[in-house]
Amino acid sequence: MNCRRIFEADFSQPKAKQSQQSGAGNAGGNLLVFRPMNFLESTWVGSWLNGLGRIAVLARDAIASCLTFKASRRDLLYQIYFIGIKSQAVVLVTGAFTGMVLTAQTYFQFHKVKMDTATLAVVGVSMCDELGPVLTALMVAGRVGAAIAAEIGTMRVTEQIDALRTLATHPIDYLVVPRLLASIIALPLLTMEAIVLGIISGYVIGTQLLGIDPTYLYYDMMQYMNDADVVFGLVKSFVYGGIVALIGCYKGLTCGMGAEGVGRATTEAVVYSSITILITNFFLTLFLQRIYVLMQ
Amino acid sequence: MIEVRQLKKSFGSQLILDGVDLRIESGESAVIIGRSGGGKSVLLKHLIGLLQPDAGEVLVDGENITRMTERQLLRVRRKFGMVFQGAALFDSMTVAENVAFGLRRHEHLTEAEIAKRVAAVLDVVDLPGTENKKPAELSGGMRKRVGLARAIIYEPQIVLYDEPTTGLDPIVSDSIDQLIIRVRDHLKVTSIVVTHDMRSAQRVGNHVFLLHEKRIYASGPPAEFFASTDAIVRQFVDGVADAKTDAKTIEF
Repeated sequence: MNCRRIFEADFSQPKAKQSQQSGAGNAGGNLLVFRPMNFLESTWVGSWLNGLGRIAVLARDAIASCLTFKASRRDLLYQIYFIGIKSQAVVLVTGAFTGMVLTAQTYFQFHKVKMDTATLAVVGVSMCDELGPVLTALMVAGRVGAAIAAEIGTMRVTEQIDALRTLATHPIDYLVVPRLLASIIALPLLTMEAIVLGIISGYVIGTQLLGIDPTYLYYDMMQYMNDADVVFGLVKSFVYGGIVALIGCYKGLTCGMGAEGVGRATTEAVVYSSITILITNFFLTLFLQRIYVLMQ
Repeated sequence: MIEVRQLKKSFGSQLILDGVDLRIESGESAVIIGRSGGGKSVLLKHLIGLLQPDAGEVLVDGENITRMTERQLLRVRRKFGMVFQGAALFDSMTVAENVAFGLRRHEHLTEAEIAKRVAAVLDVVDLPGTENKKPAELSGGMRKRVGLARAIIYEPQIVLYDEPTTGLDPIVSDSIDQLIIRVRDHLKVTSIVVTHDMRSAQRVGNHVFLLHEKRIYASGPPAEFFASTDAIVRQFVDGVADAKTDAKTIEF
């Protein structure tokens, strides 16, 4: 299977009309013909599997293109600017307020059992392993995933993707690869920023507002955190960067015709990216923990 | 030379093309006419590999492009230029960036050489000095001219036009026809024009194909084609509505 079908404009009628037509065809004498693959494709399971297969093909071709350096450096830099620099505000606010609220909530519970100074250790581990990568990825999915799907979707409905192809330019090289590379470069950096800001703001809230002893707070955090927590966060954010860019590009490239198609593609890009990130997070946590145990 | 053999294509349950056969020789100026929604643009998109047929073959200079991958097709597409119905200009770029797109990606030229080529080709399409405008600032006719400039800047062997005069007034349509003829004669390219504008078809074509009922129904040189006494051809050329269709509409 090649990715050519992904770029083809879809002129097919809405599903309701199609089923009406096929029903009329059956009345004409085709009732006895049963095609298992057609039946499977018409169910939601079939269409879900079909979509999964097409994303896999897109990912394969995008990775192959990344390895052969077919993307333009100028496009890549622009996408890093758009995904990385332009997402600063949203990521910094997310990191800071998550760190602060987590510190406050942890303190309220730990204070009951006289474990105040362990507060920042919990905040540090939570921010590095889970909240930093996941919340940053969700925020970037909302901002960047939607923008990618809307931009590429609009290009599709106005035939700009067909125009690219007629100009002997592969849409994966020109549209997907710069966004994919920029996303997997920018997201780990944004995640690190969110984690660092979360821990710093947690430290400030803990010492200045909640009155925890600064020395023990810092000492306990260093005691219970290790390098693996930071590495886990980085690996996760790298994977989430790929998910956000690939789903955004896929939804844009395969969006339906008209404004409604672009709107739906944008919504689906955000929803599917977010759900995929949350599900992947669970399995990735188990997998990375297993690897860590094996390496000990 | 482009040859299409028994091309079939459907979208969902809707059959669009059902066994199309045609052959366009190098240097020829072919016009494909047919009713709106009859599959003309779909056929044109098959010629450059933008769509993959369900059955049949498309041969470009003897090479079957039907089962090629997207990456294999890039080499074949360098022979083509295509002008889209809605121009399909890249709206984030200026006119000059649009026109120079193909050059920048595939030829190693200096910025000065690119600017010179862009100015020259914009002159050919009668749009000198519009380099720094954005597509949104242009009229429909101007956008189509920019689309044509983008398609011909790297001197392709075959230029495809998808309804080049649709939605334009008669004067602008005439100027687009003149441009198509100028490009055909000066660059010695093979032109394939999809249209339902009979005046335009008579002017620019030296071989006319009528797509009717999902197949090529009739073809021939313009003089013979437009003099045909066949009922279907005459109905289309003279622009007469189908009596049956009218009856159905009234009854409905």
